[in-house]
Amino acid sequence: MPGMSGRMSIVIKSKINRLLDRAEDPSETIEYSYQKQMELLQNVKKGVADVVTSKKRLQLQQQKLEQQVVKLDTQARQALAQNREDLARTALERKQFAQGELQSLDQQVAELESQQAQLIDKEQKLRSKLEQFRTKKEVIKAQYSAAEASVKISEAATGVGEEMADVGLAMQRAQDKTETMRARAGAMEELEAAGAFDDNLQLGSGGQDDIDRQLHELTSQSGVDDDLARMKAELGSGSAPASQGELGQSSAPSEERPA
Amino acid sequence: MIVRIATEGQYRLPDEDAQRLNELDNQTVEACEAGDEPRFLALFTEMLDLVRRDGRALGDDELEESDVILPPPDTSMDEAAHEFSGEGLIPD
Repeated sequence: MPGMSGRMSIVIKSKINRLLDRAEDPSETIEYSYQKQMELLQNVKKGVADVVTSKKRLQLQQQKLEQQVVKLDTQARQALAQNREDLARTALERKQFAQGELQSLDQQVAELESQQAQLIDKEQKLRSKLEQFRTKKEVIKAQYSAAEASVKISEAATGVGEEMADVGLAMQRAQDKTETMRARAGAMEELEAAGAFDDNLQLGSGGQDDIDRQLHELTSQSGVDDDLARMKAELGSGSAPASQGELGQSSAPSEERPA
Repeated sequence: MIVRIATEGQYRLPDEDAQRLNELDNQTVEACEAGDEPRFLALFTEMLDLVRRDGRALGDDELEESDVILPPPDTSMDEAAHEFSGEGLIPD
C-alpha cells in the first residue's frame, strides 16, 4: 500500500475501521453476523421510507406556499388598484418571505431525493457484495490450501465489512438530515399555525385588519360609490356616465359614505 | 491503490495519485483549521474529482479493503472541523 499520510483520510479510515468491529476472523464475523446484515438492510429500507415520508411532507408545504404566493400576488394587485400601496407592500413582503421559504424547500426536496437514490443504491450494492462474498468463499476454499484460503477469505471479508460500515454511515447521515428537515418542517408548520402565512395575521402599526379584510372593505366601499354614482346618473343629477368605469381609481371615497 | 469516498463507493487509482491526494488532503485540513470555507470546499472538491476522474469504480464482485477513505462528499467544513477535533462524523 502506498504511503498515505493525509490527515483527513487517516482519521476517516481509522473511524471506519472502528466501526468494523474487528474480529480475529473477519470471515466468521460476516458469516455469523447474518442477523446483523439483515437488520442493516432492513434499516436501510426503513431509512428510505423515512426519507420518502419527509419528502411528501415538504412537498405538501410547497403546495401550500405556492398557493400562498399566488394569493398574495393577487392581493397586492388588488391593493394597488385601490391605491393602497401600504397594503400592497405588506402583501408583497409576505410574498417574498413565502418565495424564500419555497426556494429552500426546493433545495431540501432535491437533497432528500438524492439521499433516497443513494440509500437504494447502497442497499443493492451491499446485497450484491454479500452475495459475492458467499460465492467467493466457496471458490477460494476449493482452490487454495486451508492456510492460504483463510487469508484470502479474511481479506474479502474485510472488504465486505467496510461496505457494511459505509452503508451504516450513509444511513446515519440520511437520518440526521431527515431529522433536521423534519424539525424545520415542524417549525414552519408552527409558523403557519401562528398565522405567519395566513390572512388572519394582524398588520403592523396597530392595524386590526388583515389584507383580505381591508381589501374587502375597499371593494365594498367602491361598490357603494359605484351604486351611488349609478343612482345619481339615473336620477339625472349626475352628469358623468364615464364614471362607471373609473370607480376603482376614485380617491377618498369615504367622504361619500352614506350617513 | 483503492480509495473509498465514504457513502459513495470505492475506486481503484494509479499509485502515482497517492502523493497528489496526500497534498490535497493536508491542504484541505489546513484550510479547515484556518476556517477558510471556500478554500476548504475547493480543495475537497478537487480531491473528490481526482478520485472520480482517475479512478475506476470497483465492481460488486471486488471485495477489497480500501487503502484510503475520504469523508462523505457532502461533508461541510463545520463537520470536518468537528471531525478532526475529536468526536465526529462517525461516532466512536
